[in-house]
Amino acid sequence: MSASTLLLLVLGLGLAGWLVARSRATMFRRAASDNRIASLPNYHGWYAALWIAAPALLFAIVWAAVSDSLVLQSVLADPAAADLPPFGLQRETILSQAQAVASGAAQTVTNPAANALVEPFRRASSFYGIIGVVVTLLLAGTGAAIAFLRLKPDFRARNRVEKAVLGGLLVASLVAILTTVGIIASLVFETIRFFGMVNPIDFLTGTNWAPNPMTDDSNPDPARYGAVPLFWGTFFIGVVIAMLVAIPLGMMSAIYLNQYAAPRVRTWLKPALEVLAGVPTVVYGYFAALTIAPAIRDIAIALGVQNPSSESALAAGLVMGVMIIPFVSSMADDSIAAVPQAMKDGSLALGATQNETIKRVLVPAALPGIVAGIMLAISRAIGETMIVVMAASATARLSANPLEAMTTVTYQIVANLTGEASTDSAATLAAFALGFVLFLVTLALNVIALRVVKRFREAYE
Amino acid sequence: MSDQAETMRPTRTPAFEARLKKRYASERRFKVLGLGAILFSVAVLVFLLINMTVSGLGGFQRTELAVPVDFTQAGLTVPANPVDEREVVQALQRQGLPEVISFSAEQALGEEGAAHVNNEAWRLVGQQIATDPSMLSQRVELWLPTSENLASAYAGDGNAELQPLAQQLADQGLLEDRFDFGFLQRADATDPQLVGIWGALKGSILTMIVTLALAFPIGVLAALYLEEYAPKNRWTDLIEVSINNLAAVPSIIFGLLGLAVFLAIFPGYRSAPLIGGMTLALMTMPVIVIAGRNAIKAVPPSIRDGALAIGASPIQVVFHHVLPLALPGILTGTIIGMARALGETAPLLLIGMRAFVATPPEDFTSNATVLPMQIFLWSDEIDRGFVERTSAAIIVLLVFLLLMNGLAIYLRNRFEKRW
Repeated sequence: MSASTLLLLVLGLGLAGWLVARSRATMFRRAASDNRIASLPNYHGWYAALWIAAPALLFAIVWAAVSDSLVLQSVLADPAAADLPPFGLQRETILSQAQAVASGAAQTVTNPAANALVEPFRRASSFYGIIGVVVTLLLAGTGAAIAFLRLKPDFRARNRVEKAVLGGLLVASLVAILTTVGIIASLVFETIRFFGMVNPIDFLTGTNWAPNPMTDDSNPDPARYGAVPLFWGTFFIGVVIAMLVAIPLGMMSAIYLNQYAAPRVRTWLKPALEVLAGVPTVVYGYFAALTIAPAIRDIAIALGVQNPSSESALAAGLVMGVMIIPFVSSMADDSIAAVPQAMKDGSLALGATQNETIKRVLVPAALPGIVAGIMLAISRAIGETMIVVMAASATARLSANPLEAMTTVTYQIVANLTGEASTDSAATLAAFALGFVLFLVTLALNVIALRVVKRFREAYE
Repeated sequence: MSDQAETMRPTRTPAFEARLKKRYASERRFKVLGLGAILFSVAVLVFLLINMTVSGLGGFQRTELAVPVDFTQAGLTVPANPVDEREVVQALQRQGLPEVISFSAEQALGEEGAAHVNNEAWRLVGQQIATDPSMLSQRVELWLPTSENLASAYAGDGNAELQPLAQQLADQGLLEDRFDFGFLQRADATDPQLVGIWGALKGSILTMIVTLALAFPIGVLAALYLEEYAPKNRWTDLIEVSINNLAAVPSIIFGLLGLAVFLAIFPGYRSAPLIGGMTLALMTMPVIVIAGRNAIKAVPPSIRDGALAIGASPIQVVFHHVLPLALPGILTGTIIGMARALGETAPLLLIGMRAFVATPPEDFTSNATVLPMQIFLWSDEIDRGFVERTSAAIIVLLVFLLLMNGLAIYLRNRFEKRW
């Protein structure tokens, strides 16, 4: 029985339980002397449905997650599996072919070694499949028994159901914590494994980045894992170039929209600016790689630069800057709008012109909010992946020349995880270590920025 | 009178006038600078969109050759009661459909021209016959895709030796760029003349269904809990901090999470919409929670008080009164979050949704790719023909994003109440 049939079966049982319990409660109500029972029939129905479906569904989902690996384990324990190559691509192929034939997804195997494993696979998956179905139905049955034994005219079904709903709400909000914990755990775990191979000091201070996924599987050369050029490239593209574009343009846009634009103009220009933030990054990447990068190269050649790179840091940084404009602008807009009107009026009343008021009163007063917005924009820029994957280069280089090719942390994460390296190689683990550094930096930027914004809002409230 | 005015304004000295003029000039400059900044940003956007549209419109076309085929002479038959299209095409192949096509092409175009009918053209004809078997008793004029080489020669680049041939065929009216409906129906291929976007689009739809099914309920329930029931304590603070941070974590980190957790649990489902959808759901959920909380906060307390006063329980207050009133706002936030997920590429790149998918995915566990990933994959192709196809795929993606955002704006204007 497939997972989806089982799911439908459990839901069907739940629905049946709902209907039966509800009609039973209606009967209670008719039998009661004053036509009243403690809870409405609907709540009786929900109580029964919850007891029937919730534990069974929970088990079915967990079972779907673990049964594959249980099947695999019992197949590997089978004597027929003793001839398998110990690890590597061939082992994977044999196993997946045998599994495909056993499940009926494929007719024949191309690798004869897989034939012997088809039967163990079929046996194991039907064995665990039956266990799954039986336990699920058992749980549903037990739930039904418990629910129907408890349902009586004076049973407070509503209170129980509401307690369960509240529990469900709590669980849903715990998913956020679970996700955070999952991110930290997976990053930390792999990073520690990586630091077992490469000294963290070498990683954080080395200036040569040249991982070789093919050769250094178990004993990598730490001299090839110096991440400083990546940090520099990320900083140069995401912070220097992108912010040189985004901060002036974003700030001036925000000031114009907030202080000068007529309401009608504002209602059109503000959404147009926000569209910039809604364009998918892969489109920006394509634009940067296909239109901007060749244009920059041509301009550089026209200016007499020798051999400018066609994957220059400038192209990626400029396009990233354009993408970031709306983030800077909307945060600056909010911060300037939060400055009390009295401060502005005071300045104007003393005879200052509009731009003097903006430069000497509004912007200084809004500065904490603006700085926080810029920090969020930086965190956005250094985590941006597709633009650099498509427009930046794989070459790790320490250089301050924007026309040279540079690589970034996100580029290398993608490069090392989508290459041919096995999951345990140093190159793969290095990607997780880079991800961990990226996570810590963006986390710090976000936390500080959010705190600054909060304090800034309180100051003017 | 004028004397008096002079004494009342002793500050209007020539030096003052000059300074004032300067200050006003700087005021004008500043204003123009502000307008310039915003117009520049909008101009970049317009340039980007026009750039994509112009090159993308070509991607909806393909170069085709006119080949009249006389099926009455060919003696081809369609099998009775075929199971599916594929069976018909296979039967026609056995009966020699490819030879019929290449013979007709030679008659019409000459040997040189016929060599540049696409190798897979007969398959397309077979599919047409499967939908309309009456073609076999007629003489029909077919437009067949050319080889990639002839197409690029016709476009004016590529192999220079082919350009005279392309010119000659075009002059005879046998070669032209025609709108390619099949682009919206096919899946990926190695030949840019034969690629389509439907495979990636369907993958995107399946992935979005998973994302929505997970992120929407969890996000709404979490928002209700935090806004309506959560006690003020350390746990609640921790949940809030987590959600705010998750909303700002770079998307690629979610890809690392998906790789380390989801693919470790379900190793067999690499590049399945199920795993992609789960990864994107984690990314979308915080967006929905934040939008949901704002919408719930906007429902006035008097609604809650009124319901409580006539005896509703706290759960009934929320589910019968607050949630329905907040729903338009929540839906707006959800659609915006989903639009972001639809355009997202980086996390899916890490969990391996970059497979070459030649047939549209059938269900949530089959190999699939998504629209932005297809754009990324095509942009990496060296073949010139893929450039226009990539822009066409971008247009399809942008149209979908536009529709989703338009729906969000419509919902906001139509249903959102200002209390």
